[in-house]
Amino acid sequence: MATLDIPELALVALVGISGSGKSTFARTHFGPTQVLSSDTFRGMVADDENDQSASADAFDVLHYVAGKRLRAGRLTVVDATNLQQHARAGLVTVAREHDVLPVAIVLDVPEPQCWERTRNRSDRTFGRPVLGRMQRDLRRSVGRLEREGFRKVHVLRGVEEIEAAEIRYEKLYNDRRELTGPFDIIGDVHGCRAELEALLLRLGWTLHRDEAGRPVNAIHPQGRTAVFVGDLVDRGPDSPGVLRLVMGMVAAGTALCVPGNHEQKLLRKLRGRNVTVSHGLAETLTQLDAEEPDFVAEIAAFVDGLVSHYVLDGGRLVVAHAGLKAEYQGRASGRVRAFALFGETTGETDEYGLPVRYPWARDYRGSAMVVYGHTPTPAPEWINNTICIDTGCVFGGTLTALRYPDRELVSVPAAKEYYPPVRPLLAEPDRAAGSPSAAERGDFGLDLRDVTGRRHIDYGYGTLTVPAENAAAALEVMSRFAVDPRWLPWLPPTMAPCSTATVEGFLEHPAQAFEDYRSAGVDRVVCEEKHMGSRAVVLVCRDGTGARRFGPGDGVVYTRTGRPFFGGEQDRALLDRVRAAATASGLWAELDSDWLLLDCELLPWSAKAGGLIREQYAAVGAAGRAALPAVLELLDRADGRALPVGELRHRMARRHADLVRYTEAYRGYVRPTDGLDGVTLAPFAVLASEGATHAARDHGWHLALADRLRAADPELFTPTRRRVVDLADAGATAEATDWWLELTGSGGEGMVVKPYAGLAARDARGRLLQPGVKCRGREYLRIIYGPEYAEPDQLAVLRDRSLGRKRGLALREHGLGLAALDRLAEGAPLWRRHELVFAILANESEPVDPRL
Amino acid sequence: MVAVLITVTTTHQPATDLGYLLVKHPDRVHSFTVPTGTAYVVYPEASAERCTAALLLDTDPLALSGGRGRSGRGTGSTTPDDFTLGQYVNDRPYAASSLLSSALSIVFRSALRGASKDRPELAATPIPLELRVPALRCRGGADLAIRLFAPMGWTVTATGIPLDPEHPSWGDSRYVDLTLTGTLRLADALNHVYVLLPVLDDAKHYWVAPDEIDKLLRAGAGWLAEHPERGLITRRYLAHRRALAGTALTRLAELRLADEPAGADSVVEATDGGADEDAGLPATVVRQPLAALRRAAVLEALRSCGATRVLDLGCGGGALLTDLVRDRRYTEIVGTDVSSRTLDLAQRRLRLDRLPTRQRDRIKLWQSALTYRDDRLRGFDAAVLMEVVEHLDPPRLPALEAAVFGHARPETVIVTTPNVEYNVRYPGLPAGTFRHRDHRFEWTRAEFADWTAAVAAGHDYTVAISGVGDEDPEVGAATQLAVFTRSTAGAAAHPTAPPAPAEPAPATPAEPAPAVAVAVAVEEEI
Repeated sequence: MATLDIPELALVALVGISGSGKSTFARTHFGPTQVLSSDTFRGMVADDENDQSASADAFDVLHYVAGKRLRAGRLTVVDATNLQQHARAGLVTVAREHDVLPVAIVLDVPEPQCWERTRNRSDRTFGRPVLGRMQRDLRRSVGRLEREGFRKVHVLRGVEEIEAAEIRYEKLYNDRRELTGPFDIIGDVHGCRAELEALLLRLGWTLHRDEAGRPVNAIHPQGRTAVFVGDLVDRGPDSPGVLRLVMGMVAAGTALCVPGNHEQKLLRKLRGRNVTVSHGLAETLTQLDAEEPDFVAEIAAFVDGLVSHYVLDGGRLVVAHAGLKAEYQGRASGRVRAFALFGETTGETDEYGLPVRYPWARDYRGSAMVVYGHTPTPAPEWINNTICIDTGCVFGGTLTALRYPDRELVSVPAAKEYYPPVRPLLAEPDRAAGSPSAAERGDFGLDLRDVTGRRHIDYGYGTLTVPAENAAAALEVMSRFAVDPRWLPWLPPTMAPCSTATVEGFLEHPAQAFEDYRSAGVDRVVCEEKHMGSRAVVLVCRDGTGARRFGPGDGVVYTRTGRPFFGGEQDRALLDRVRAAATASGLWAELDSDWLLLDCELLPWSAKAGGLIREQYAAVGAAGRAALPAVLELLDRADGRALPVGELRHRMARRHADLVRYTEAYRGYVRPTDGLDGVTLAPFAVLASEGATHAARDHGWHLALADRLRAADPELFTPTRRRVVDLADAGATAEATDWWLELTGSGGEGMVVKPYAGLAARDARGRLLQPGVKCRGREYLRIIYGPEYAEPDQLAVLRDRSLGRKRGLALREHGLGLAALDRLAEGAPLWRRHELVFAILANESEPVDPRL
Repeated sequence: MVAVLITVTTTHQPATDLGYLLVKHPDRVHSFTVPTGTAYVVYPEASAERCTAALLLDTDPLALSGGRGRSGRGTGSTTPDDFTLGQYVNDRPYAASSLLSSALSIVFRSALRGASKDRPELAATPIPLELRVPALRCRGGADLAIRLFAPMGWTVTATGIPLDPEHPSWGDSRYVDLTLTGTLRLADALNHVYVLLPVLDDAKHYWVAPDEIDKLLRAGAGWLAEHPERGLITRRYLAHRRALAGTALTRLAELRLADEPAGADSVVEATDGGADEDAGLPATVVRQPLAALRRAAVLEALRSCGATRVLDLGCGGGALLTDLVRDRRYTEIVGTDVSSRTLDLAQRRLRLDRLPTRQRDRIKLWQSALTYRDDRLRGFDAAVLMEVVEHLDPPRLPALEAAVFGHARPETVIVTTPNVEYNVRYPGLPAGTFRHRDHRFEWTRAEFADWTAAVAAGHDYTVAISGVGDEDPEVGAATQLAVFTRSTAGAAAHPTAPPAPAEPAPATPAEPAPAVAVAVAVEEEI
């Protein structure tokens, strides 16, 4: 019985003449969607599976589909005769383009049997000479397949062998997804054995030594696995010693190792190839001269057996010497190996004559963390979930390990500079003083493709599709008006109102807000006064050090669409005040953070929206005040002439009264301010700080912190009046309702009712709850729905309002916001955070009644 | 809902004959259903000495907001915080506007025509009239109301209405209480208000269709062609649709009897700081095409660097693209803009759909943002950033630099931006203000030189700076132009910036009229 080994990801070409049973074989061993049959594609493009004139088009489409499948990492089987070299070459090309291995399975069935089968098929019309020609092609082909690029060739001879064959899938060498670590990933050692020993000891490893005292193995008491990123050798003082230890660890199963370009070159030298002895190879060769030939042979075998890269921990971690872009991970081809060993270069050289490396990491959008070395860097930094941990030990830098999954960096300093660097390790003079982070350099690399087009986003709390036109609208806002995306970690979601009131004369009423949450299974809510101001998000840093995370600057204040709040000096002055209050109330130390993200309301509304109040609200009032008294006056005179205008006059009088109430409503939002004088800030949530999102904390915690800020600076901060209400307690809900009536009766905007448990509160079935519903005052709503909305006829119409869209939108934006905070806390790359914030903004383009 | 109002009073005796002219009996209350609500005609006084007819329009809010279901937080809206609630809370129910005007045309149809079955001679006779509109929205202020009505023989009283008596510092609203007195034919009087109420209001409530031209010319018969402000009246009445306004002005010109100096139509409106760039400039200033000079300079720079594949980054409405398409040397032309609406406009302007395929294939319009890297922009010979950088907040400039000079890396980058020093040469530009509302900064020559030098050094380019427009000995040229040349491009010689064509002073800041008016709306923060 023949067992055919096939890589799990491969392009399998069946090779055989007509009637050899390829389709049957494919059906037997592979799933129907895995098999691409040339007959099917001919039928697809020409309505006739046997129309040979359609073959070129049919193969075009077949290659296209094969490419899509391979790109997605799916095994693909091509059911065609594949008897001609050009046909096979097309398949090899497709396989190589996607860095998968091409495999051939030849079905060699004697011609007579094939003729028998062909003759019995009504849809095959060619004669026996054709079959004979095919048979000759097959004979010629079999010997060539490997040279043509097929990495595995299986030949099955005769019907019996074909029927008995079995497919066995083999994993690629680089696929070690089953290893979950934890790992200690170690950067370029370059013969620095002493530093390697020191680093392993720092990491808690126990070294095992041979009789001569040379370390030959190491074991971690917690069972950690070391992963070496390559470049163990060259330049440094003891490359053989490093190899001895690493080879021992690999053999003992306590370490994995990927090859570096220096190992590659060493191997070529050991194999007697003609290589230029440079870049520290001479030192290694001298050191190896003192070693036993057997050990040198072992080294050659060891290096030869190294796999270009590893995919570890379920695909979440990739280790390669020079890094690896997403489309190469878990693939096998010459260029994958070359990338892993050497990285990608631009073809240019720098002023030191070294190749200029293409910054692939800047473009990296893969989900796996990539850890690599190869390029010495003064301090490792995360770029899009990738990190280079070569800290130039041999050049007098440090030897660095990354502890996975902890993402913790551990370094030991080099005892000395063993080898002069070609390019200064600290390339720029100011780097010595603390190298600028990627964020600081501005090279944070947001790509248009991260945000535009129709995008499907799985944000952990749900999934959503952002229509291309919404993204297009958001792009303009984001690009032209918003603050720097690095400083825009979150945007406030829109908030739905409570269900429409059933209480006579009201459109919104606390009874419905309470009922909304009661029916969602919430037993405790907090009612927070709805401040009569503008939303303001404050991202404040203790000092300039916050710049390491966010870029140059020490904070921003932005609006609900991400625009600078006032812009310029006024924002900076506001930040200074907030910073001082945070310092005075000890928040930096308490939250162990040098920055805070606060969700606030800035008052009064007129400070930001003065123009709107004057040009929109006051103007309507002015027009009404000019028109209505004149109307009433002339109707009075008409009434005096005994014309029947009584009913009309009555209506107009009511409208005048409505207009007066409306005027009072907008006037409540006006308070004189001069710069920051008269401006107050009401924080109500501490959304995030270094390494943490506070969405899971209850509102008592948030409001208590807000109160402490107020205590520190009572002039700037304004308290948020609130009531905590147990929804089962009728007395408490009644009391809260009275409180609301009192607030709104004296000109207040209303309140926001939130689940007390916090922003991330979920219902019994684990679904996110609305983070809050607004319950707006009867008078306030005049400036939303119009001065006369509360007239019975209008109210009756308005009560028909539908809240579904608004609620859905609010919940989606809320989920996106929570996910953005999560990603901020876990240090996700900027593009991963920005896509969510951008999606919130794009959602705002959804057509929803703006009055809700 | 509520009423908007106009009253018509006469003291012609017997005054109650007004009822015959209006075809509305003074002793009854008349009501009519009109598309926007209910109109009433009531006579608060009707004696032989003095008779007043009042037209009230009781508007229907649902008819005004276009129905209940419609709404829209900014679909297609380009301003982040524009005020969509305006649809629900607005002055339409109170203020005289096109709504009242169209009600007028329905209710007083025959009076507008000057026809009267019962009093034909009276209808043809000028009579003493007083018209009052207590709440008239008047864009341009009381002054403009006088300029518009006085030429027809009206004595105009326009009293400003305060925005809010509790906040006297806010000043007057855009409404006036308007009284017109004069001796005119009633039909003329009604036609004047029929045309001029919406003109003063300047926000028509319905879509302006081409047949509006006919309506305007009909209602304006006998007075509009002679009116010194006919340009403004026509443009506003036709809601700033240039094509329509152009047609109407031509037809008016044909009606005009006397020859008048050319350019008399270019009336400068006393705007409230809207999109009109030349607000405040004297009407006599002949507009210098700085925008055209700038385009010429950019094209010259492009020609000298030998580019054939070019990017116009921030192409706006496509003014430069139009020039590029005409020049066959450019084999691939890409215009990008961050606003998809602007791109639609450019597409229409370029008439791409009418170009033959081979021509059309040379030009592409893409939405792109200069603060994001865009792979599509790599590999071009040259990129133009014409009057673009100053529309970005300074903290975002590094992102633009990284995207254009770091990522797209064309061999040549041409940047133009205003020279703020030159602003003192614009008499209409108040000191300290920028040439365009959306400019986030304007640079001195030294600032521009610093920026260009830093960008060139940081991204391996060399740079040459020149000016566009006449070179003022003190303050330099109106526009600054920089040509960056990539050092590794292999081109040894840096193309020198083209000499700016000599032009007589003074130039005005002819900002390329923002294709879609860059509306920096007041921020809605609810």
